[in-house]
Amino acid sequence: MIRAQHIVKSFDGRTVLDDISVEFETGRTNLIIGKSGSGKTVLLKSLVGLHGIDSGAVWYDDINFTELGFRERKAIRKDIGMIFQGGALLDSSSVEENVKLPLDLFTEQSEAEKLERVNFCLQRVRLENANRLYPAELSGGMIKRVAIARAIVLNPKYLFCDEPNSGLDPQTSIVIDNLIHEITREYNITTIINTHDMNSVMEIGEKIVYIHEGRKWWEGTKDEILQADNPELNAFVFASAMAKRAKAAVR
Amino acid sequence: MLRLFAAIGRYFILMGKVFSRPEKGSIYRRRIVCEMEALGVDSIGLTAIISIFIGAVITLQMCINLESPFIPKSLVGYATRETMILEFSSTVVALILAGKVGSSIASEIGTMRITEQIDALEIMGVNSASYLILPKIVAAVFFFPFLTILSILIGILGGWAISCLTGIMLPADYLDGLLLDFKPYSITYSLIKMAVFAYLITSVSAFFGYYAKGNSLEVGAASTRAVVAGSVVIMIFNLMLTQILLI
Repeated sequence: MIRAQHIVKSFDGRTVLDDISVEFETGRTNLIIGKSGSGKTVLLKSLVGLHGIDSGAVWYDDINFTELGFRERKAIRKDIGMIFQGGALLDSSSVEENVKLPLDLFTEQSEAEKLERVNFCLQRVRLENANRLYPAELSGGMIKRVAIARAIVLNPKYLFCDEPNSGLDPQTSIVIDNLIHEITREYNITTIINTHDMNSVMEIGEKIVYIHEGRKWWEGTKDEILQADNPELNAFVFASAMAKRAKAAVR
Repeated sequence: MLRLFAAIGRYFILMGKVFSRPEKGSIYRRRIVCEMEALGVDSIGLTAIISIFIGAVITLQMCINLESPFIPKSLVGYATRETMILEFSSTVVALILAGKVGSSIASEIGTMRITEQIDALEIMGVNSASYLILPKIVAAVFFFPFLTILSILIGILGGWAISCLTGIMLPADYLDGLLLDFKPYSITYSLIKMAVFAYLITSVSAFFGYYAKGNSLEVGAASTRAVVAGSVVIMIFNLMLTQILLI
């Protein structure tokens, strides 16, 4: 479980996150949704400590992450996997080297054991025989899948995904969403996904937090989101003509 | 001026992170070998080409300008040797490497910054500054002095080759000059300078890349700033080291 308590974050005097408190549950896919520029990515990066926060606290289970120093955070970070918007694979390393890096750095396993684990993770994301390829040779969907394999290679307790299906076609997006959802269930991970894709919301959104202008505007489940009477949320959820038609049809 | 001091402060903070305890020795050893190839071995060709032509040009110019019958022609060999050892093979080669290696480091690390690769390392709990920059510094400090030695040898060879090819002076006179009043300390001085310059080139350019922000245009700008700052710092340290080591 990850808990954010009264998080405030500003850049150059401009408040980007304003008193956000939310709890993300274990074994579920928690979605942070909102318009571009609403503060989703800043919230996600604040939760993992890439951005320092002005006030408030972030709890990983019963540990106050905000109060920890670099060394103590390092211990928790071994339990964190993160998938970045662009994949963030190391360009100079092959797929195998990218996935193996956390094992090289934090385990004492033999090369054979590491390779076995790498291959298992690559198989898990359905990317067999891609070990020798470099990021430049991969498609957008493959990059995301390698990023997922790297994120799960150390069996994380917490998984963060920053717009995991941005730039992908709808079919590949669903594949990536379902993969993250399966992994979350399989390994009982606390997964937090940042997205503005309504398909993802309806496919895998077990808990949804809507951020608007740096504040938590609404939270609920994918079933509740369609019934919500929050005007800002409705404007976001039913922004497309297709969604509006679907809503009218349901009514 | 305040911005300059702020940048110097950030540089030293970054160096503090770079030289903090490494993650795992074996990973660093592997990376150092890779960086030696990328920064050092890949620079051999450029260093060799520039050195051979500069050695030849110095010899030609000395021959053309030393017309007095009272000055022995062997001094051309002497002057070529001293120029190559004292200034060209350390300072000028360092300036060339500041352009080639410095811009490559700044753009590589800058691109990693804007594509969140550095954030990904930080999330894994890796000290990204140490992981990315320390192997480059170690590789350059150990390898660049070999480039200096190579440059001295090839530059002197270039001078000898031009004397043979053009007949502007007797190769035997050139060789006599090479052996004239040789001080081994000059080589030590040149190698010390190059080791310091290697550290400056890699650390200064890594600093500009590491703090790059924004998009690809900013990476380009960071790369340019790295080359300019690296060159200026090299010139300042050249003056200081010459004062300290030679006088």
